[in-house]
Amino acid sequence: MATHTLDITNEHCPMTFVKTKLKLAQIADGDILEVLLTEGEPLNNLPRSAKEQGYNVLEVKHLEGKIHKVVIQK
Amino acid sequence: MSEEKKKLSLIAFSGDFDKLTAVFTLATGAASVGYQVNIFFTFWGLDAIKQKKGRSFIGGNFLTKIFGFMMGGLHVTPTSRFNFWGLGPRIFRYLMRKNNVATLEELVEAAVALGVNLYACEMAMHVLGLKQSDFIHEVKDTLGVATFLEISEGGRTMFI
Repeated sequence: MATHTLDITNEHCPMTFVKTKLKLAQIADGDILEVLLTEGEPLNNLPRSAKEQGYNVLEVKHLEGKIHKVVIQK
Repeated sequence: MSEEKKKLSLIAFSGDFDKLTAVFTLATGAASVGYQVNIFFTFWGLDAIKQKKGRSFIGGNFLTKIFGFMMGGLHVTPTSRFNFWGLGPRIFRYLMRKNNVATLEELVEAAVALGVNLYACEMAMHVLGLKQSDFIHEVKDTLGVATFLEISEGGRTMFI
């Protein structure tokens, strides 16, 4: 079970979601993806849409300033 | 998940740079959050899926070849406002890159990577003398209204 990281803090809609989705498609079942994202649209919607698509959202953690980390298991 | 996948179907009628950007932004965003997405390209919208991205004389006869040249492909789509004889899209592309916002070409690439279903309108192709081989390989099929209604059934549909 590998852990992958994806930084979308400099991305804008819709690439925040696009990059996360494509990364999730690349990794193996059971792998962990740590997504670094900013407040607002990405933080409000990414964990919810990951859950809706059947992924396991393990953690949503505030790191510093406007940056948060969302941990998703495929 | 037992419930049926959510669905978004877009009718891409416009060949304008800005409206196509809206089409592909909605399409990639929706596909990324788990929607099944269908785009039905018709009339000017067909410019977005041509293999030849610039201007070329594609078409079945003299008139449609002239049309094909004037309409062009993805790289020469005009903006609906402030086109300034083709300068507008260049300025928008510059601003999008500068602000790290995906350009139209990047959005099309992402749509293909996300498995968005691309369809071409059979009637408009006939009028403009275009064949499926004039389009990018990812175009799944050429359709008419009845089939489009069938594939969009039960989801949301937008006309852009």
